[in-house]
Amino acid sequence: MTILVGYLDTPEGRAALDAGIAEARLREQPLVVVNSPRRGAPVDDAMLGPEQVSEIVDRASDLGVRVEVRQPLHGDSLADTLESVAREVDASLVVIGLRHRSPVGKLILGSTAQRILLDASVPVLAVKASG
Amino acid sequence: MDFTPIIDGFGIVLQPTNLLYCLVGVVIGMLIGVLPGLGPAATIAILLPITYGIEPVSAIIMLAGIFYGAQYGGTITSVLLRLPGEASSVVTVFDGFAMAKQGRAGAALGIAAIGSFIGGTVSIIGLSVLAPVVAGYALDFGPPEYAALGLLGVLLVSTVGNGGKLKAIIAAAIGLLIATVGRDSFTGAERFTFGNLNLADGIDFVPIAMGLFGLGEILYNLEENHKKVHAPAKVTKVWPSRQDLSDSKGAIARGSGIGFGLGVLPGGGAVLSSLVAYAVEKRRAKQPERFGRGAIEGVAAPETANNAAATSSFIPLLTLGIPANATMALMFGALLIQGVQPGPQLVDTHPDIFWGVINSMYIGNILLLIMSIPMVGVFVRILKVRPAILAPITALITMLGVYTVNNSVFDIYLVIVFGVIGYLMKKFGFDPGPMVLAFVLGTLIESSARQSLLIFGGDPTGFLTRPISGTILAAIVAVAIFPLVRRAIRAKRGEPAGAPAPTEASPAPVPDRETTEAK
Repeated sequence: MTILVGYLDTPEGRAALDAGIAEARLREQPLVVVNSPRRGAPVDDAMLGPEQVSEIVDRASDLGVRVEVRQPLHGDSLADTLESVAREVDASLVVIGLRHRSPVGKLILGSTAQRILLDASVPVLAVKASG
Repeated sequence: MDFTPIIDGFGIVLQPTNLLYCLVGVVIGMLIGVLPGLGPAATIAILLPITYGIEPVSAIIMLAGIFYGAQYGGTITSVLLRLPGEASSVVTVFDGFAMAKQGRAGAALGIAAIGSFIGGTVSIIGLSVLAPVVAGYALDFGPPEYAALGLLGVLLVSTVGNGGKLKAIIAAAIGLLIATVGRDSFTGAERFTFGNLNLADGIDFVPIAMGLFGLGEILYNLEENHKKVHAPAKVTKVWPSRQDLSDSKGAIARGSGIGFGLGVLPGGGAVLSSLVAYAVEKRRAKQPERFGRGAIEGVAAPETANNAAATSSFIPLLTLGIPANATMALMFGALLIQGVQPGPQLVDTHPDIFWGVINSMYIGNILLLIMSIPMVGVFVRILKVRPAILAPITALITMLGVYTVNNSVFDIYLVIVFGVIGYLMKKFGFDPGPMVLAFVLGTLIESSARQSLLIFGGDPTGFLTRPISGTILAAIVAVAIFPLVRRAIRAKRGEPAGAPAPTEASPAPVPDRETTEAK
């Protein structure tokens, strides 16, 4: 069993990561961070660079959580990609960031969040950015 | 030397309309340079119909801007993403990306822009000085010389160009065959028209170019799925340090020379010169092992050379009317569309075009230098556009464009047919370049050869007895026999035949990228 976090480098994404790390410590389960850019274009804003990935790994490891960052590409449906990763890693909980209807990023954009909430086969924890 | 036409040329370039077209050209050039896949040849092909509506000078200024602008743009993705935007920036990947990993992306881009500017400018000065001289000599050329020169051009492009020689020769032969379609200009007999009236006037250059380069590349790129998505790169501190500048001084100087020299050769051009410049720097370096690990010379030399070559490849076109590479074949076509026959008489009959185009390059290079240093980030944004969005739009523009040329639906079919041919050629490793070039030169070769035979009274030895055409024909024989001789010598020395040729510039480490992206 693992905790799955949908992550983007935004305030909401970071809030989701914090909640995910806290949950992972509580449940003593490893953490899987999913950062999924869109397939097709050579460059995508959502994609994390190697430095950002190692930053996440360092932070989680410092708090004693085993973490793995995955960067699968998604096509039309990010929710499907997240769901398939959730099944693959046998997630007990999916954590996503939520924002009040504002086009911040695909992962936390209204409809995608809703799709994840509706489609997920496991409990979903939706957090808001602090402040 | 009379300087009046040169000064007049600047007057033409500085007209607001032409300045605007120059700016549009270099911006488009930068953009497509950044985009992997769409190269300058494809873009110029797609934009050919637009040139019908505007003044010849403005049209050629814009198209030229696209060509040399793309050499600047190709660097950006090579350095930042290890993704060469253009084939001529492939070698920049080795050291450019290594520098970017060390946090010196800005310095790499800066030195590339400065090198490109210097290389381009040196080449333009060479062009300004050399072109009228060559054109002066070329005025003595008659049909026999042109026939020989055209043949040499086709042969050199097929043998010197990148890709397999045999495949290039096959492509060139097909290009020559297509050039014969239509009514014979001397006897009026119809050839290869299959009774189709649409083919009676021969196949127009525009649908062939737009199909092979434009649609063919679009189709091919659609198939190319970028399996890797990159994080947006951040560029800081674009100005290279004083140390960087002094390190790359020699590389830039040699790159300019190599680029200028190889650009003039048929089949040379930007790609070959960047490879050679890189190899020369590596051989000259005191510590060659630094190359591939972020040596600034490894960025400066090829980037300087490709710009110098892009510029100097205008010399054979503007002075002899012989295009040196595929992109120049498109320029040749664009000039013909405008009713301008490129050749030695161009400098006298159309001094506005001749000097306008050359002088626009000075301005264009300055514009590019200004744009490429602070505005790198803006151009990198185009990479966020998915091919699934870009391809249909470009395909639609291509189709609309070709229709507007003659208001002919048949031309649209031709583009589709040639687009599929172009796609298949790329898929099976044939370069469409020699085919288009041979098509363009085919008409020239045929008409000059037959004119010559009329002059000689049907005696083909006339080609050999005229000094200039005889020399060119000797050169053709030399070019054709050289590979055989080299193989024979190597076999005598007992070396394996498959060993890499020492003259070929093969940079040691092959990057783990999809090679076709560079096209």
